[in-house]
Amino acid sequence: MSAPASPSASPPPAGRAVIVETLPRVKTDFLPVLLPLGLALAALPLVGNASTWVTLTVAALAMGMMIYLVASGLTLVFGLMDVLNFGHGAFIAIGAYIALTVLGPLSGWVQADSLGLNLSALGLAALAAMIGTGLLGWAFERLIIMPVYGQHLKQILITMGGLIVAEQMIHVIWGGDQKAMALPTALRGAFVFGDIALEKFRLLAVAVGLVVFAVMMLVLNRSKIGLLIRAGVENAEMVEALGYRIRRLFVGVFIVGSGLAGLGGVMWALYRETLTAAIGGDLMVLVFIVIIVGGLGSVGGCFLGSVLVALLANYTAFLVPKVALASNILLMVAILMWRPQGLYPVAKR
Amino acid sequence: MAEDLLRLEGVHTHIGQYHILQGVDLALPRGGITVLLGRNGAGKTTTLRTIMGLWKPSAGTIGFDGRAIGGLPTPDIARAGIAYVPETMAVFADLTVRENMVLAARDAPLDGARLDWIFRLFPALKKFWQVPAGVLSGGQKQMLAIARAIAEPRTLLLIDEPTKGIAPAIIEAMIGAFDELKRETTILLVEQNFRFAASLGDRVAVMDDGRVVHRGAMADLVADEALQARLLGLSLDTHQ
Repeated sequence: MSAPASPSASPPPAGRAVIVETLPRVKTDFLPVLLPLGLALAALPLVGNASTWVTLTVAALAMGMMIYLVASGLTLVFGLMDVLNFGHGAFIAIGAYIALTVLGPLSGWVQADSLGLNLSALGLAALAAMIGTGLLGWAFERLIIMPVYGQHLKQILITMGGLIVAEQMIHVIWGGDQKAMALPTALRGAFVFGDIALEKFRLLAVAVGLVVFAVMMLVLNRSKIGLLIRAGVENAEMVEALGYRIRRLFVGVFIVGSGLAGLGGVMWALYRETLTAAIGGDLMVLVFIVIIVGGLGSVGGCFLGSVLVALLANYTAFLVPKVALASNILLMVAILMWRPQGLYPVAKR
Repeated sequence: MAEDLLRLEGVHTHIGQYHILQGVDLALPRGGITVLLGRNGAGKTTTLRTIMGLWKPSAGTIGFDGRAIGGLPTPDIARAGIAYVPETMAVFADLTVRENMVLAARDAPLDGARLDWIFRLFPALKKFWQVPAGVLSGGQKQMLAIARAIAEPRTLLLIDEPTKGIAPAIIEAMIGAFDELKRETTILLVEQNFRFAASLGDRVAVMDDGRVVHRGAMADLVADEALQARLLGLSLDTHQ
């Protein structure tokens, strides 16, 4: 006998206790959202000049969005499968090098005085980087991550090893010298409003970051796949007990996360206009600070952490350059003393 | 017997170096509620988790609905028609009640008539439909955990200690819900609350030291205080 497709339509059994249920109070936690605003406002009088402050803030937002692109995949990978992937930086570097390779033959489009051709070249390079790093991520998960599930120490060692191997492979394929990564013509320079100069590429980076964040939040909150990812970050075992194959979901998230790291690498290399094999490893310190500050596994926290880290890095680099290197570590310490699980901790089983 | 829905034969489970299940033999006929009783550490939760594939059996066979499921991945076991409500309830705290239920309906969108039935069983869920599950009370979370297990028709429900830490008024409501549930599905219920178990159970299996040491009708156990005292160290009159 199998269970009937529809239940009996009988009324609730007589004599059932009547329970007065009160609506639980949902606490809305906006305090972390106010942090970047507070930081920016606090920096205004210290910077002293409104136009400099705007330039610094836009530069910080651009930097924050690029860090977010890289960090969002990593935080989901950790949240979903408890995997510490120190090799994530490899995808940043390889993404940037793939873009460099694609942009070479498209140099006519890159140097053309046409925004359409410039963006087409950049779009193709970014797409190739995302596909390339996504595929590489799939192979990385199969070959390197899969044998060490549930073993954090081995994960750290083997993924660090993966990063080193990837960097050496870059030297073999593309050479060990520093490469120039020129911005397309239409993205060079700045829009000037009075004393305020807003660099075009930074505005593009902000736009790309915001679009990716919006799409990610839409997918996570409005689709069943998104619900599964959020549920899996909380309790992967229960997701499996509901009949879903979490491993497939994880591989998908790993591929998307690697692709986003590749996109972040392209943007980061264009932002710096130079490229070395160590570009990924260098950025990873900031990325790890961001995902710890945001709360491991939290995409919203990761976004906020990226903005906070970038704002603080830019303001301190301008105001107290000697403190700039330590500023983000100090930020992380302060946040963790306030909220030991990060700004928006994910409820774990 | 061929008509058994679930059959465990000589099932052993190791967790790390610990040998928890030491040859569990258990058969569940179709329909009704079988209650798994036993002292703390007897192996009840491990039995449910082993059936669900969350622990892999190190020996023995598990048959369900005519097929061997021992050692299969958990999603395959769930897809075979088994739903699981763990002791921790494991509701997704950051997701709303609605989102928890949407995920529970694995094969198709939530069925409206079935949802109405679930709301009749657990009215609180309708009221808190858009509320994050994390802010619900313990009893409300338990209702959601059970509702999630029955969001689609399942052949067997494995339910682990649903009354643990729950207010008496909600336990009373739960008895009514279980009475109705057992008309449509088979339930294997782990329970420490003997009064609750006795009021619902059709059959009983008692575990001790990783084995099933007694099987029979619940009515027989309820009527035999000496047997209760021997198997469980309690009697219904003293265990309120």
